[in-house]
This record gives sequence, structure tokens and C-alpha cells, in this order.
Amino acid sequence: MPLIAQPVHPGAGAVLARLHAIHSEQGYLPETDLRAAADELAVPLSQLYSAAAFYPAFSFQPRGRHTIQVCLGTACYIRDSDRLLEKIETSLGVKQGETTEDGMFTIETVHCLGACSMSPVIRVDEDTYGRLRVDRVTRILKKYRPGEPGEKGPEEQGI
Amino acid sequence: MKIKTPSDLEKLRDHGQSMLFPQGPRVSVGMATCGLAAGAGAVFDAFRQAADNLRFDLTLVATGCIGYCQEEPIVDVRMPGLGRVLYARMTPEGAGRLIRSLASGELPHENALASVPEEGPDIPKSAEVLSGLLTINTLPFYAKQHKIILRNSGLIDPRSIEEYAVRGGYHSLRLALLHLSPQDVIDEITRSGLRGRGGGGFPTGEKWQVCSHAAGAEKTIICNADEGDPGAYMDRTVLESDPYTVIEGMTIGGYAIGASHGYVYVRNEYPLAIERIHHAIETSRESGLLGEDILGSDFSFSIEVIRGAGAFVCGEETALIASIEGGLGEPRPRPPYPAVNGLWGKPTIINNVKTWASVAAIVEKGAEWYAGIGIEGNTGTAVFSLVGKIANTGLVEIPLGLSLDEMIQGIGGGGLDGKRVKAVQTGGPSGGCIPADLFHLPIDYESLKQAGSIMGSGGMVVMDEDTCMVDVARYFLNFTMEESCGKCTPCREGTRYMYTILTRIIEGEATPEDLALLEEIAMWVKGASLCGLGQTAPNPVLSTLRYFRDDYDAHVSEKRCPAGVCRALIRLIIEPEQCTGCGLCLRECPVDAVRGEKKAPHSIDADLCTRCRTCYDICPEGAVEIVR
Repeated sequence: MPLIAQPVHPGAGAVLARLHAIHSEQGYLPETDLRAAADELAVPLSQLYSAAAFYPAFSFQPRGRHTIQVCLGTACYIRDSDRLLEKIETSLGVKQGETTEDGMFTIETVHCLGACSMSPVIRVDEDTYGRLRVDRVTRILKKYRPGEPGEKGPEEQGI
Repeated sequence: MKIKTPSDLEKLRDHGQSMLFPQGPRVSVGMATCGLAAGAGAVFDAFRQAADNLRFDLTLVATGCIGYCQEEPIVDVRMPGLGRVLYARMTPEGAGRLIRSLASGELPHENALASVPEEGPDIPKSAEVLSGLLTINTLPFYAKQHKIILRNSGLIDPRSIEEYAVRGGYHSLRLALLHLSPQDVIDEITRSGLRGRGGGGFPTGEKWQVCSHAAGAEKTIICNADEGDPGAYMDRTVLESDPYTVIEGMTIGGYAIGASHGYVYVRNEYPLAIERIHHAIETSRESGLLGEDILGSDFSFSIEVIRGAGAFVCGEETALIASIEGGLGEPRPRPPYPAVNGLWGKPTIINNVKTWASVAAIVEKGAEWYAGIGIEGNTGTAVFSLVGKIANTGLVEIPLGLSLDEMIQGIGGGGLDGKRVKAVQTGGPSGGCIPADLFHLPIDYESLKQAGSIMGSGGMVVMDEDTCMVDVARYFLNFTMEESCGKCTPCREGTRYMYTILTRIIEGEATPEDLALLEEIAMWVKGASLCGLGQTAPNPVLSTLRYFRDDYDAHVSEKRCPAGVCRALIRLIIEPEQCTGCGLCLRECPVDAVRGEKKAPHSIDADLCTRCRTCYDICPEGAVEIVR
């Protein structure tokens, strides 16, 4: 038996799985849930917190009802997705990483959504919109505002 | 059904035969992420609706991606007695018309892309199915492709283990488990010449051999599906379109090295891939093709999926392992390599999705067959995502050794909108930009490395005359700066400093000394960083400095951006003679910098204008000009 206490291993992938579970349920990582998870996984809270802070997918702040992900992958970038981002930012009045005051939208950028052949691409929640041009952005966002007719999701239309 | 013996496998295959080749018509809609982004979901629903309305009996299937993403949504229609045809750019309205034609017993011409000669019964094998319609393998996009990794993609229902079995699935697993020793399998892979398709290019068989000899009874298999390179989506497509081939490859790998457990680590940004691999693992477990005593052998194997969380560095194998263990996804120095000291310090084989997807085919058809494809030292095939400013975007699988020119001009059809291709970026942020005058080079690990890039995992982003190479270099440095985990100083600080200099260049504030400093820092970051991320981060800068020095000089000495991209160095004006005053740019300008009355020529307020070029993009008259 080693005399110095050895680190305890949570199961393979257990930390990530737990953080994902909290995040998908709460929309972010509240402190109370993190503390409970640390106890349950028998890992120090500091380890759980540093992992959560390391990965871009996790947020410590509540997010908007809808998450807009603007893809800044290479194929999207050279087909000017930074302009889509600018348009979304100006039309919602918040910057990437921020949430609109009414709590409807959070804007995020991602390094690649893997739909490069459809560049430039954005994703709103689960819907991926490809072959975009700046002038379609407003119509797409309208769809996610209650009571406003907007452009349908890609699942409901042929583009 | 439970598959316990080879004859059970035959039954599975027979069952799949009737699904893949039904007696009635079969309509398959490509519904991988790219197809869905192009509207395949609505097309699928429209087929269902139209068939229901006409009470037309057909098998409607959601398949994966057949590769020709440019033409999505793509629909594969199989009509017994008539033939099999691919239809491109399908719309819900088109779907309705197509069903009406099928119901009246004919394959229509509208939207027909190519006919598919196939092995199934009841289908005319040769001849023109429709007059003037080419077969798929004579289309320029497909003519030079050789599909091994993508052999089932877009052809089968990725949720159906039966259809996978019809295409030869589990034949290799049966062969390995019941007729080959673990060493036989390793030898077969070694002799095939297969090299790691994640980009490292390390001989796969050699790696397996090391792991097989490593001390310790407990060994692990990992499939690296943390496909982080921007501009690359090969691994996503394989998982979404043919997940069973990855499972079969991993199981054979587990048998070869003596592992009983495997993990698939998938990028967080790929929800559909995660869902489909989960489903395939579950189905395999229910069928007994994963679990205890597979196919009556005494070999047991299980697989779990782990969802990443958005950190690019986790694509590096030691960082990926650290991430699975629950710590920070930070790399550690190698050696020791994971084959000896991996997950929880135990021997671990970690290979890319495409490497695993190649394994079953090699075991089935033999090392000699595989080694005969490609060129010496670079055998077999690799998959590339051909994207950016190119006419035909899509996923392409080629024998290694094909030239860049055959890839970009031949398969890709040249530049987008007829523009001149300037360069191709390979290997993601670790790679470089190869100029058009080197397109005679063959695509293999060594040639691309010599040219200052790398083959990488398969991203090929094509750039044209409107792409600024300094801006591209800065884009990649921004990427690596943000993704640097911060553990080692050269990468953490060096990428930040290079990014700062590149920003000065594109803003027209750099001096010639800055260029020299940039080059010097690049060499240090390359030489002194801890892992592959930092060691290769300077490649986009070094390769563009090497081949596109004129672009840099124009920014530094003349304060000019020849491509008309860098905002500080351009102006936008509206040509009054060409402007019709339609008001589109006025409406879409994000900063309200456009002025003008309806039906009268508009103008741009240079003080407000941020040079985002939105007006330039959307003007239907081409009246907006970039002053460079």
C-alpha cells in the first residue's frame, strides 16, 4: 500500500458525461449542481471546476432560450461567415458570447460545425442553415420569435 | 435477432437483402448533416406525404452522405425493372412530382444526376437508364474516386445492421475471430501499408504490434472522432453514414491487440454523429456482435461513446486520453506513446475514424489488394473534404498519389464561378497553403510535407484570387491562439505574438522588421512547443510567407490588400451609372452607411462604413466596387 494518498479516478468519461448532463438540463452549470456532482463522483470540486472552465462547451452563466452558433471554420470564413456574425450581432444588439436582454438568444461562434460543403453555415439550436447570405439572416431569426412568421427551418423547406 | 454463429450472420444478410433491394421502389434521401442543412428533412417529409396521398407503396429510407454535397439534397431512386437513378437538388415540390412519375411507372428526367449501376437483382446493369444520362462513375466528380472508407456511405440506411451486413459487413470480423490469430490480423494490417488517417501517417500495423507486445493484460481501443480541423468533416460523415464499419474495425483491432473495451470520442459539435454511433453500438450489443463471446469465439468486446466538449486540442491523442480520464484535456510529452502508456497508464491503441473504417475492408480483401492501391509508401485511399472556393464541394475518396490538379481541377471542377484558384489549404491549422503552381504534386504524406503543408486528416480548402493570404494566416493564428491549452510557453505566448504582428500587417501598420520578427518567432514556436498543436501552428504563416510573399509585401510596403479583403486597406464605392436605386444595400447595411432615395443612385458614407462588403455581395447590378 502506498503511504501517500493516491488520486481517485472517476470512470472513463464520467466527468464529461456529468457536466454535459447538467448543462443540457439546466442550460448552464449552476454552482449547486457542480458541488453535488463533485460529491457524487468523489472528485475534488476544484478538479470539476477546472475541467468545466477548460472546455468551451460549458457555461457558468444562464443562456438564452435559443443558441445561435455562427460557424467560423475555414470554409465558412473564406466565404465570409464573419459578415453573418456581424449582421446577427447588429440585429440583436449583443456581441458573441452574450445573451439578449429578453433572454431569447445567445450568440456563440464555433470553430467548425462540420458542414463545410454548405458554407457559410449557422446553427440555431438543432437546425443547421447552409449556403447562407446576409440578407436571409433576419428572416431566419424571426422564426424563433414567438408569433412572428419567419423563414422556415431547413427541415421544413427545400433550399 | 441474436447473431451467435456464422449461419445467423447469413440470416441477417438475407434479411438485409430484402431491405436494400425490395421488390417495390426504394427512395433513399441523403440525410447526413450536410443534406439536412440543404433541406433534406423537408424533402423526406414531402416524399412520405406524396406517397401517402397516392397510396403509392414504396420503401422510404434516410441514408447518409454520398459525397457530392454540392448537389444536395440528393435522392437515390431504385425502381425494379427500370433502373436506379440519383436525383440532385431535390425540393419538396420536386419530390411530389417525382412520386407521381414513379406511380405512373417511369423514372423522370427532371433533376436526374446520374444512373447507378448496381449489384442488386431486377435492375438493368448496363445501358442508359434514361437517355443522355451518365452513370455515376463517369461523372467527373466520381470518375477518379476509389471508395473504401466511404464504400457504404449514402448507399445504406446507417441505422440498419442488416443493410450493413448485405454490403459485406461482419464478414471480416467472422474471418478474424474464427480463422485468424491476433498476430495474423496485425500482420495483415502491417503488410497492407495502412498509415494513420488522422494525419500523423504512422504505420498502423506497427503501432498495433507495439501495443500487442506491451506489458499488461488490460488494453484499450480508442477511436478518435474529435475532428477539430476547421474545413474538415470526413469523420462526421463516416459516423453518420456508416457507423457499423467503425465498430467492426474497432472490434477487429481489439481482437488483434487483446483489448476488451473501446471508446469512441466524438466532437461535441456533431450531435447527429453521436446519435448514430450510439444507435449502432446499441444494435450491435443487442445482436450479440458486441459483448461476450462474439460469434461463438471466446473474444468479448464492448464500446462506449464519449462526447467531447469543444476543445480542439483534445484531437491530440494524449490530450484526448487526459480528457477521458476526467482531467483537463491537456497533452503530455511523448514518449511514452499511448501504445505503451495510454488510458490510465495502460497500453492503448488510438486511431482515427477513417483508419478504423479501413480495417474491415483490408481484412476482407487482403493486404495485397490494399497495397496495390495508391503508390509505394502511401498505399490505399484517403478521404478529403473539398470545400471553399471550388465548383464541386464534397467528400472525395481517392487513391493516394493522385495529383492536386486532378483533385482540384478534375474532381472539383476548378474555381467557384469560374474564378482562378490561387491555393489550397490542407491539414487545417497545422497545415499550410499550397500555391496553384505546385498542383502537379501528388497527394501523399511526404510530398505535401515537403511543400510546407501536411496531408492532415483531410481538409482541403480551396482559395481563389479574392482570398487574402495574410488574412488566412491570421485566421489560423487566431484559431491556434484561442485553442492553445496554455500549458507550454512557446505555444501560448508565441501564437499570441504572431497574431499581434499579423494584425498589424492587415491594418497597414507593420514595418519590414515585423516580417522578420514574425518569421523568427514562427521558428521558435515550431521548435520548442510541447505538442503537435504548437509545433505546427506556425505552418500557415511559414507557408504563406514562402509562397505568397508578394501579398505580405503589398500590405507592408504599399499598404494595399491585393485581394480586396483587409478592411483597413480598402474602400467601397457605388458606381452611380450602374446603381438602379433598388435599396437592397440600404436595407441590409449593418451600420446604415448607405444613403440614397429610391430609384436614384445611392452612395456610401465612408466614415460610417466598416467595409464589411455586404453591399458588394448582394448588389444585383454589381454596382459596388472595392477600391484597393
